Amino acid sequence: MSFVSYLIKGVSLGSVYSIIALGYTMVYGIAKMLNFAHGDVIMVGGYVIFTVMSMMGLNPVIAVLISIIFCTLLGVTIERVAYKPLRGASSLAVLITAIGVSYLLQNIALLVFGADTKSFSSVITLPALKLADGALTISGETLVTIPICIIIMVALTIFVKKSRTGRSMLAVSEDKAAAVLMGVNVNKTIAITFAIGSSLAAVASALMFSAYPSLTSTSGSMPGIKAFVAAVFGGIGSIPGAMIGGILLGVIEILSRAYISSQLADAIVFMILILVLLVKPTGILGKKMQEKV
Amino acid sequence: MKQWKVFNQLNKSTRANVITIGVIAIIYVLCQLLIAVGALSNLMQGLLVPLCYYSILAVSLNLTVGILGELSLGHAGFMCIGAFSGAFFSRLTENTITSPWIRFPLAIMIGAIFAALFGGLIGIVVLRLRGDYLAIVTLAFGEIIKNIINVLYIGIDGSGFHFSMKDSLSLGLAKDGDIILNGAKGITGTPNDTTFTIATIFLIVVYLIITNLVNSRSGRAIQAIRDNRIAAESVGIDITKFKILAFTLSAAMAGIAGVLYSHNISTLVATPKNFGYNMSIMILVFVVLGGMGNIRGSIIAAVLLTLLPEYLRFMQDYRMLIYAIVLIVMMIFNWNPACIAWRKNHTIKGTLLSLLKKNRKEA
Repeated sequence: MSFVSYLIKGVSLGSVYSIIALGYTMVYGIAKMLNFAHGDVIMVGGYVIFTVMSMMGLNPVIAVLISIIFCTLLGVTIERVAYKPLRGASSLAVLITAIGVSYLLQNIALLVFGADTKSFSSVITLPALKLADGALTISGETLVTIPICIIIMVALTIFVKKSRTGRSMLAVSEDKAAAVLMGVNVNKTIAITFAIGSSLAAVASALMFSAYPSLTSTSGSMPGIKAFVAAVFGGIGSIPGAMIGGILLGVIEILSRAYISSQLADAIVFMILILVLLVKPTGILGKKMQEKV
Repeated sequence: MKQWKVFNQLNKSTRANVITIGVIAIIYVLCQLLIAVGALSNLMQGLLVPLCYYSILAVSLNLTVGILGELSLGHAGFMCIGAFSGAFFSRLTENTITSPWIRFPLAIMIGAIFAALFGGLIGIVVLRLRGDYLAIVTLAFGEIIKNIINVLYIGIDGSGFHFSMKDSLSLGLAKDGDIILNGAKGITGTPNDTTFTIATIFLIVVYLIITNLVNSRSGRAIQAIRDNRIAAESVGIDITKFKILAFTLSAAMAGIAGVLYSHNISTLVATPKNFGYNMSIMILVFVVLGGMGNIRGSIIAAVLLTLLPEYLRFMQDYRMLIYAIVLIVMMIFNWNPACIAWRKNHTIKGTLLSLLKKNRKEA
């Protein structure tokens, strides 16, 4: 029974990773940049929920909504101020800027909220489900996380395939110059992508900190990096790929934490990244891109 | 006058080297004089060695980021390997090789070799990847190294080495055994062999190696790869070979810095603070601020950014915040098309000339 419960826990953690990975994979597909600050937007979302709930004493649902709005605005602002001026610059320059933004968010949070770990109170009030005479317990967080992940995946896939904005995203990711010729507003499309990615980060932060309630200024960076690993694992630029990669990664992490070593779990996750990139650099569902001169 | 003639006959890069080394030597002598007079505070004396190994780190990362044009976020990982292998060697041979003048250079060599070994290994694995992937893999590598060292236990007794990944008891050492690497508690009792003199000598050695590489045939090949990979490949440059060469060399230098670091402190532990992601970023800030590809700039930036916060104590809380803003602003200033155009129209020389013209007209 313990194996099944680890597996469920892994799928739950993996669902959070896949929601975060969506933000990476969409931005990477469309703006062709690794948004290093994405993980720190999760941390900011966590602090917003914490502030609204603990200091203002408002309802968790309102807190999550405020956090989603805040993170969306933050994502769009970051894109406007830091990344847009560098459109067309070398990818090294953009990447270093993204690292700078990530560092900036972390240090602002450190100055505002201090270095001590904040204890996050769960936004999910659902009681735990006990199966098989109490041998298998599924926490309320898990019961909420997995369906939300599935809903987001389905909604996003339909949005990208059917809506006008979604199709313009596909067009920009396929060929930016051709999309401009067809009348697609590239800047607007990229801004919308950042908005969607950041709002998903806020959702992920609510789910993640409910399950793992310690909140510090750096608690977004590790899940962010792991979610990027998940996005690479599933094939960067692919929405179902992000989901598969995220869930696989979550299961691997929880199982290695349980059966191999809790200290080595992170190392194992990263070794998987290196192995995947060696064997299939485009990931499970990724497309191979030919480089043009 | 004759000396000046000789100096002017040297080629440009040699002249630059002579000037840089001369400046380093003058600063070194100045510091020693100040110490002798007692004008240098204890705090400053403690900073002299860190200044050297930070400079070495910045110079070596500049080889990867500035000269090769690939972003590595695992530089602290290579430093970590160098630090631990060097300290391990010194602890092991402390009683057999008693003279630090023999032991310490050997430790530095071992640290550099181990770091280079891992650098080459990682290079072979990941240099097929480009840009963002390489950055994330090197970051992952740094974390892996730190995690593994924190669960590794190595001891020695009469029957040889004992390894464990569980705890120090499961090593099963004999009574005369000695735990050298004690998991998360690290290595204690490393002899403090690093002196300001040795650190300065190695800074100069590293500087010379890198500037000579940059001005050599291999260095030009590496820069050609940075500027246009496909064009470089089409004129017959072996991309993989030169990439791995640069990456390995950069790792070896970081290893040297690691050995200097580990022999400057009494207890060596791998924490997120000294060998984590933040350390790698700090070195990157040195490189970016000093100018990517400018070796001398890296040293100046490393020295300035280490000294400034010490003098401006009130800035301590904002130090990291300022680093972040410096990174973003520098990148936008350097790469934004509008900023590039503005800089072209507003060079110092151009502004002075236009001022002169204005004055002439008015006259």
